[in-house]
Order: sequence, then structure tokens, then C-alpha cells
Amino acid sequence: MLLKEEKPNQIIFSETLMDLALNDRNILVTTSDSRGSGKLVPFSEAFPDQIIEVGIAEQNLVGISAGLASAGKNVFAVSPSCFLTARALEQIKNDVAYSDYPVRLVGISAGVSYGDLGSTHHSIHDFATLRAINNLIIIVPADNFETREAVKFAYQSRKPVFLRFGKKPMYTLHNSETRFEAGKAITIRDGSDLAFIANGETVYRALQAAILLENENIHVRVVSMHTIKPLDKQAVINAAKKCGSIITVEEHFIHGGLGEACAATLMEAGISVPFRIAGIPDEYTVTGGQDDILSHYGISAEGLRDMAKKLLKLQNQ
Amino acid sequence: MQNTVSNIKSLEKKSVIYRRRILQCIKNANNGHTAGSLSCVDILNVLYNRIMNVSPENFSNPNRDRYIQSKGHSVEALYTVLSDVGFFPESELNTFSKYQSHFVGHPTRKVPGIEHNTGALGHGLSVSVGLALAAKLDKASYKVYTLLGDGELAEGSNWEAMMSAGHYGLDNMLAIIDYNKLQITGTVDSVLRVEPLRDKIEAFGWEVQEADGHNLAEMEQVFSSIPFKAGKPNMVIAHTVKGKGISFMENNHVWHHKVPSDSEYSVALNELSIE
Repeated sequence: MLLKEEKPNQIIFSETLMDLALNDRNILVTTSDSRGSGKLVPFSEAFPDQIIEVGIAEQNLVGISAGLASAGKNVFAVSPSCFLTARALEQIKNDVAYSDYPVRLVGISAGVSYGDLGSTHHSIHDFATLRAINNLIIIVPADNFETREAVKFAYQSRKPVFLRFGKKPMYTLHNSETRFEAGKAITIRDGSDLAFIANGETVYRALQAAILLENENIHVRVVSMHTIKPLDKQAVINAAKKCGSIITVEEHFIHGGLGEACAATLMEAGISVPFRIAGIPDEYTVTGGQDDILSHYGISAEGLRDMAKKLLKLQNQ
Repeated sequence: MQNTVSNIKSLEKKSVIYRRRILQCIKNANNGHTAGSLSCVDILNVLYNRIMNVSPENFSNPNRDRYIQSKGHSVEALYTVLSDVGFFPESELNTFSKYQSHFVGHPTRKVPGIEHNTGALGHGLSVSVGLALAAKLDKASYKVYTLLGDGELAEGSNWEAMMSAGHYGLDNMLAIIDYNKLQITGTVDSVLRVEPLRDKIEAFGWEVQEADGHNLAEMEQVFSSIPFKAGKPNMVIAHTVKGKGISFMENNHVWHHKVPSDSEYSVALNELSIE
């Protein structure tokens, strides 16, 4: 199976926003000196009156965005996820979520996209912190299609939304028949021996692992859980019942993210299956680029394949 | 409105009534931020009764003036004034701080008349900048009014917001500092010095005026003269007295979050007599 490489999701975000802005003068992008990283230079050139620069001040970025939204503007607040979701967390909690304005918070260069810049620039806490905030939809698109649809959904949403993007070119994971609905997982590939439940840029890696396992006659389901909150609990339960074993995969700490959300869902449903969380362990990440870091922690085709085989062996004992 | 003596007298009478209601509200709930509400209530009186174009009738009108109370803990003053100008019956304040009441200890949009949920300090000015920017973009005429505390100025986010308001020349916003010079621990000067306050704010690109925050006529004159200078955001440093109006609370920081005893309450109401 040969997957086609396409654009980074951040570029698709910017292109989709330009399409929407053609028909809506009320769309505003706010940014904290991050239009370059956010691939928003073309947007700023095409719609110079629809981008507001606040400088390197993420708290102010989110507060101003809430004020603009309260005046009826359709705001996309764009900033590196590492800063947006940590430094401005209280503004996200109070000025956006609690005050209930439909600001679209866009965390760019998320996960370990800025791998070689070190831990200050890694955003592997954001699922955990944002999941603990009420009234916030969290979407982590896997490919260009999911990105385009997620941006359109966020634009229509009357509730606050957090979108999380990485920098790397992504591969086409979906065909033209696929439907995207926020809060509904997409099964990319079916199988009955084990399920990978992944999100964001790790879905592609899980799919590669599933292809390797197929060569060994192990049939793996791959689910893109693009919406981490609200979680598609039924998809998790179905995967456990149908496949019998689950590995969750995320570009995030093993604490507080997709894996723990799925585990809690299964425990509350009284379902116990062999289960592993593939993510970054509770340590300062190994140094290197995104690929180095993810592979180091087993979030690669080979690493996930090996984890699956180990888990299945455990299951058969 | 022409500022006749009788007009100001009626406004002054309102301030006395507001102070009585603030104390009643806090005593009834056995909870509240007493002294800060007493220090800022005259500012709210002038804003809601003389300056701002906002009322229950126009509250869904996009061109209404906006009021953001960044020092959210002085919510009893805000609830009191909002009920007086007709947003909800005064009797609803009997539920303040009670189980399942919308009238919690900091402002929320579930209460009619409130624009933004505040309480965590250092948030209101950024939100106000967003509102003022939106008005500029839409060429709308509404203005944005923000009440800040003085202790609150230690939050760095205020200075981010001030820098951006200066950068964008938001002369359609007026921020007022309730400068009572006390905070929960003691004097602002001893906790974290804000002086030279006026110089700092001017250096951030704002036009600053100072006023007696208990002189209603003076505040009306100052607040109604914005923009002080075209192209610059407006700041008023309102010199106030924490606990204003109650002799034993004035200038005593222990009343920041203290509820009067029965005897103290009785003395306080006696000091707030309505002629």
C-alpha cells in the first residue's frame, strides 16, 4: 500500500481559512508573531485587514480574541501550541471556555514538531490540560482531509474549539467516500486482531504498522480518533469488543491524553482487554527531531508493530 | 444631562443606597468583598447612570457600550447597580452566594447585564482591547469601559494589554483604576509598588487623567470627555478610599474580604443614613 504524500496540515489550515475568508469579512486571525510558523503569510497578504498581530504575548492573544468574538467576530487565534496551551491556559479557561465565546484556538507546530528546539517548544501536555477544561471541543486532525473538514467545522461551531496541527507533510489516509463528523471516529482500516486508536500525525504511523502486521497475517483495525473531546466512546468500546486488544497512539505524554481517555471509557463500561498507551513517557524527551523522538519511544511503524506483537502474545498466554 | 446641584444630589443619594444594599447583600450571604465594593461603587454609579449607553432594553444591541469589570471580586457593587438600572429585581440578590444561584462571588454572563466572566485578575483589559478593536474594525461608535483594581496591576497581562491598546491607538476605550492603595495583604506600595503609576501608563501610549473616585460630578466630567486625545487609549486613575462610607472600614485592608458582625452591621447602616 503506497500512500501519497501531501501538504503539512498547517498549510491546509491556512488555505481553508482563505477559502472561507473570501465570503466572510468577519473572519479574523489573531497571532502572536507566529504568522510565518502558521503558514499565514499568504492569508495576511490576501486579507491584510483580517489579521491582527498582538506580538509575543499569548495571554493577551487569547483575551483579545475573546473580546473580538464577543463583538461577533469569527476569530482564529493562532500560536505555537506549546505557548498557547500553557502560558494562556487561564485565558482559555476563563475568557473563552467559561465565558463561552466560539474562539477557534489553533495550536500550531504541536506535539514534538519543534523536536530539535527542545522541551520548551514541545507541546505534549496540551491534551491533558485542555481535556480538564469544560466547554472546549478538541480536534487533532490526521491528514489534509481531516484538517480541511475540522477547520470548516470549527468555523461553523458556536462553541469554543481547539485545533492542533503539526508541521510535517501528511499522507492521504482517506478516500473520497469518507465523511468527517466532529466527535465521530473514522475507521481507516478494519481488522479483528487488534486496534490502533490514534490521532494527529501518529495515525499515519499506526497505519504503517498495521500494514507491516498484515504481512504477518495479523489483522489490525486503525481508528483516527480526531476528536479527543468529546470522545467517541462507542468507537472505543466497539474496537475492544471486535478486536480484543487496543493500543492507543498519540504525540503526547502518556498521562492525561487519548490513552487515558480510552482506558477510562473501557473501565467504566466494564470491559477489560489487553491495552497499551503509546506516547511520550514521563521524562524530558530524548533530543533530536520529531522522527527521532517518536521512533525512540516506539511511535513508528516498527515500534508499534513490535508493541502489538508483544501485546498479542501476552493475550494468548 | 445638565449637572445641576439637584441632579448630583440625586446621584449622591443613589451612592448611599448602593452602599446600604452592598452591605445587606454581604451580610445576608455572610460572604463577600466588602471594602473593594465600597471603594468602586461611586465609579459604577457614574458609569451606569450618566455615561454608558447600556440598559436592559439595548443589551442585545451590538452598538451598546460595553462594561468589563476586571476586578471581578467587587461584584456586589456591580450586582447592586445592575439591579437598580433594571436588569433584574433587587430581591434576586437575596440569593447571592447561595446554592444554585447565578449570583456567585464573581461576575458571570448568566446574570443579566454582565458582559464577561471575570474573577481571575488581569483578564479584563485584554478582552476590552478585543472589543475596542472590533468597534474600530466595524466603524461602530460604542465605547468600552473597564474597571481595574490597583493590586491587580501586578498581573503582567495588564501590561501586555496596555501595550497593545497603545499600539492600536484605541481611543474608544476608557479604563479606570480603582486606586484605593490597599490589597488583601496590606498597602499596594508594600506588596508590590505600582508607582510611578501615571508615568508607567503614559509610557505605554495612554492618555491619563486623575480624579477623585468619590466625587461624582468630577468623574462625570472626566469620563464624558473621552477621547482625552484622539488616537490614544484613555485611562483614569481614580483615587478612592477602600471601605469608603463606613468609618471603621475606611483605609483598613482587613475589610477586603470580611463580613461585619451584627453590631458592626448596625453601626454601618446608621452611618449610611438617607436624608
